[in-house]
Amino acid sequence: MSLEGTRLNGAQALMASLEKEGVEVIFGYPGGAILPVYDPLIDSKIRHVLVRHEQGAGHAAEGYAHATGRPGVCMVTSGPAATNVVTPLADAYLDSVPMVCITGQVARAAIGTDAFQECDTTGITRSITKHNMLVTEAADIPKAIAEAFHIATTGRPGPVLVDLPKDIVDANNPDAYFDFRYPDAVSLPGYKPETAPPAESITAAVDLILAAERPVLYVGGGVLKSRGAEALRRLAEMTDTPVVTTLMARGAFPDSHELCLGMPGMHGNYTAVTAMQQSDLLIAMGSRFDDRVTGKVGAFAPDAKVVHVDIDPAEHGKVRMPDVSVVGDCRLAMEAMLADIEGKGGASAAADHGPWRAQLSGWQEKYPLTYQPSAPGEYVKPQFVLERLRDNCPADTIVASGVGQHQMWTSQYWQFDHPYTWINSGGLGTMGFSIPAAIGAKAGMPDRMVWAVDGDGCFQMTAQELITASVEKIPIKVALLNNAYLGMVRQWQELFYEERYSEVYLSHDMPDYVGWSQSMGCEAIRVEEPDEVDAAIAKANEIDDRPVVVEFRCLSEEKVYPMVPAGGSNDDILVDPSQRDLQVASSETHVDPSQRDDAGAEV
Amino acid sequence: MSSAQLPKNVDLREQTIVVLVENKAGLLARVADLFARRGYNIVSLAVAPTEDESFSRITIVVDVESAPLEQIVKQLFKLIHVVEIAVLGPRNSVERELLLATVEVSQATRSQIVELVDIFEGKILAVATDRLTVSLDGKPSKIDDFEQLLGDYTIVELQRSGRIALPKIGQDIHRLTAE
Repeated sequence: MSLEGTRLNGAQALMASLEKEGVEVIFGYPGGAILPVYDPLIDSKIRHVLVRHEQGAGHAAEGYAHATGRPGVCMVTSGPAATNVVTPLADAYLDSVPMVCITGQVARAAIGTDAFQECDTTGITRSITKHNMLVTEAADIPKAIAEAFHIATTGRPGPVLVDLPKDIVDANNPDAYFDFRYPDAVSLPGYKPETAPPAESITAAVDLILAAERPVLYVGGGVLKSRGAEALRRLAEMTDTPVVTTLMARGAFPDSHELCLGMPGMHGNYTAVTAMQQSDLLIAMGSRFDDRVTGKVGAFAPDAKVVHVDIDPAEHGKVRMPDVSVVGDCRLAMEAMLADIEGKGGASAAADHGPWRAQLSGWQEKYPLTYQPSAPGEYVKPQFVLERLRDNCPADTIVASGVGQHQMWTSQYWQFDHPYTWINSGGLGTMGFSIPAAIGAKAGMPDRMVWAVDGDGCFQMTAQELITASVEKIPIKVALLNNAYLGMVRQWQELFYEERYSEVYLSHDMPDYVGWSQSMGCEAIRVEEPDEVDAAIAKANEIDDRPVVVEFRCLSEEKVYPMVPAGGSNDDILVDPSQRDLQVASSETHVDPSQRDDAGAEV
Repeated sequence: MSSAQLPKNVDLREQTIVVLVENKAGLLARVADLFARRGYNIVSLAVAPTEDESFSRITIVVDVESAPLEQIVKQLFKLIHVVEIAVLGPRNSVERELLLATVEVSQATRSQIVELVDIFEGKILAVATDRLTVSLDGKPSKIDDFEQLLGDYTIVELQRSGRIALPKIGQDIHRLTAE
């Protein structure tokens, strides 16, 4: 039934507006100022998932958006609830996640008086949202919601916050009633994101691509945001160009593809990192030269020309000045490039990449990802857990991770062959992201298997959302890699702080993760030996009526390799200790031997 | 004081950008926040509604040593309510600034200050036995000169408006617009 022209109050109009936008689920938590909105919610067809902490609402909305491509919606009250969603908003801002966050606010007359649960929500979130607004008239709510969804989902996506004073949604306030009309289009004279890239930039980019002898497609999250995975595959294949997928782009190009080199960056694999360092052309596709990818910027890919494709003009030249700048949507740009290449002779017009590909294969053979298996009686190796999980779950399983060592191992050891199967906090690096994000993903994609890979530090930050998963019947699975430490911090203290371990010990058995998980309605399994891993995974995968937590007791000393020390050049990459002799003896890299020795000496 | 000692008229570290914005609540805070968050320095800032009340024009003099002008402009343009940005230099724009100052005067200095204001074609706005309030509008460089010469006397309070600027008629200005 259309509500167009019906007399509604602000709260009813908000729900009607969200329905108009096609919202199917809201992750939220009620409270004083947002109370009037929770009343018409009862009559709405929109599902509400009651989280246990407002941070969970925000991350769940992000997980939903990552998995479905549709904007995630969260709704919380004013004051402390608004400050609790600050972290997910900042997270969504850095990772360009389309999200609409609705916050309650004290009544208009109380704004500025330090009223109960008042805070300056739009002020606090100004620099971590793509846009935010304080709505001051009930009749402006439909327009505000239409603008919020438009801004969140177009151009470079991002979070938008809409702050609603209580009195404009109050059913008892006669001034909160108006004739509902939902705008057909928004009018924002200052916001018209460019999507179609200029033709001359495409042809200039293609000329560089066809001439390059050692090109690398440096693929970032923008390819996923633009739904450009298919265009990317065609572009890579037509030009025979190797692809690296950044942490935000895992799955944008199949790991099983012969042109895929995997993840670059601080914990990227040797070939991906070194290919970029030695390339003569980086085709940056929806990537932003993040410091975790470039290492020391001045020493990053010194011989490479750069074609930078990004929808955000401000990313061009922010870190590295491109030789050709293509401002526009990645998918449209790649499709235009493909057409331009066809016009210039197609695949045969590209330079021969045979020697380059051979060099890359050599590195791949010499420096694969590797680890030493557990010695008898030892706890399991996290890498082993991830290999077994990868090999025993459907290929389209959605994996969400927290932040730290387990995140890097998941990105390294999972085989991402499908886009939108990898959900993580890349830019902000938010511990505790995985469980609520997995809940959001599963709510959006209920037919898919969803695993959260978590560390023991992260788990303790947001584990209470497993209650949400149980009560709301959102059966996610959690692989808890319990190494008793804040593992990544411990790794840095071991390598760079002379093994002086400061405040990183958490313990394997405090808390009792199995008992805790069971108390939250989860099936819980503890694994201590490598030979128990497969059975536990099989059991977890059979259960689909409640969340499952598998606690894998992992070795504390395991470190993530390769590693580029922070602030160092990517040439100083540290491979697994078992490969170091090879690395020093290698003559085909351009690594300055003195630097390599220094780097080695730190370990 | 010879004119050779006067401050340099054009500081290349400073660039003027004129930002046309939708006249929305909190807009100035958004702009100021962006500069603070990204570490850009503002030299001066002036803001007022334009001929169309739904828009305001913000004239910002920025320190381009703190960040490349191009980045500043692009980041500003990401603000949803920023409609147009023009980068103006002394050659392609007309710039004006206003100065108000209250100066202590004595029998001996009163006529000197009146003469100085006269030479610069400024105005005496208020007179008391021991103080004068004067005003001067003009090019920022002229205001600089006046301020420096006024510094020979005892200044009680001094306030400059910050620069405002418009493109020179007939000049081709680099404008970034949403269209």
